[in-house]
Amino acid sequence: MIPSRDETLTIENSEDVIRVRQAVRIRAIEAGLGLVDQTKIVTAASELARNTLDYGLGGTARIQTFTDTMRRGVRLTFEDQGPGIADLDLALTDGFTTGGGLGLGLSGARRLSNEFDVQTVVDHGTRITIARWN
Amino acid sequence: MDRIPILKLGRALLVSIQVDIHDRLAKALEEDLAERIVATGARGVMIDISGLEIVDSFMGRMLDNIAAVSRLLDANTVVVGMRPAVAITLVELGLSLTGVKTALDVERGMALIGNLEQAEESGDDALEFRDDPIKG
Repeated sequence: MIPSRDETLTIENSEDVIRVRQAVRIRAIEAGLGLVDQTKIVTAASELARNTLDYGLGGTARIQTFTDTMRRGVRLTFEDQGPGIADLDLALTDGFTTGGGLGLGLSGARRLSNEFDVQTVVDHGTRITIARWN
Repeated sequence: MDRIPILKLGRALLVSIQVDIHDRLAKALEEDLAERIVATGARGVMIDISGLEIVDSFMGRMLDNIAAVSRLLDANTVVVGMRPAVAITLVELGLSLTGVKTALDVERGMALIGNLEQAEESGDDALEFRDDPIKG
């Protein structure tokens, strides 16, 4: 895998969530994703960026485009130093929320991605990586 | 600009969301719409989202909230102009927007609002009719 683009944006307020969405859209187009795939990865990015803001108390979004022999795509890493996720299975359940949302952010983002990984340590933070390729 | 314009179209209100909405704008829109429904006596609210490239659960919740508040104020909400890729993504996200009615475009949305209003009016009549025979 050869990363061809790599940038990191900070997420500190709800305008930053919009900026992350717009940056992911640009990279998804560059990576040659079709319109539906673009929409899926941008929507997933929006959910995770909002989680980073609301639950992680802010953090960063890393946006990478990659090309390997098989495919091209976008990989996103959301990282925060927030409280972490105590029960990951529960957090991945549709409809479960601690923040008054719809409880679809994490589970929905997983469904919208080809690759999904969560690393979380209570009291230390959370790192979520997703990817979508063509 | 920190407000989304609300237009009056017959007995309905029309809102066209063309930009990415952040929290404050969403909250302002919910409040403005509620006030305009009461001030104008509108029976319908149409929200045009043809300008939106994505609808995430935050936006979905805003649409659901607007529909719920409008319903309490005696107005029906119809969301129009959803892009095909947005619909496909929403279903996969798990957000079916069950509290919100949809129409393909503004014209069909207006027709739907008219139909809903008519159905409610005839429904009210039927309710008044039923009262007497039960007591007698």
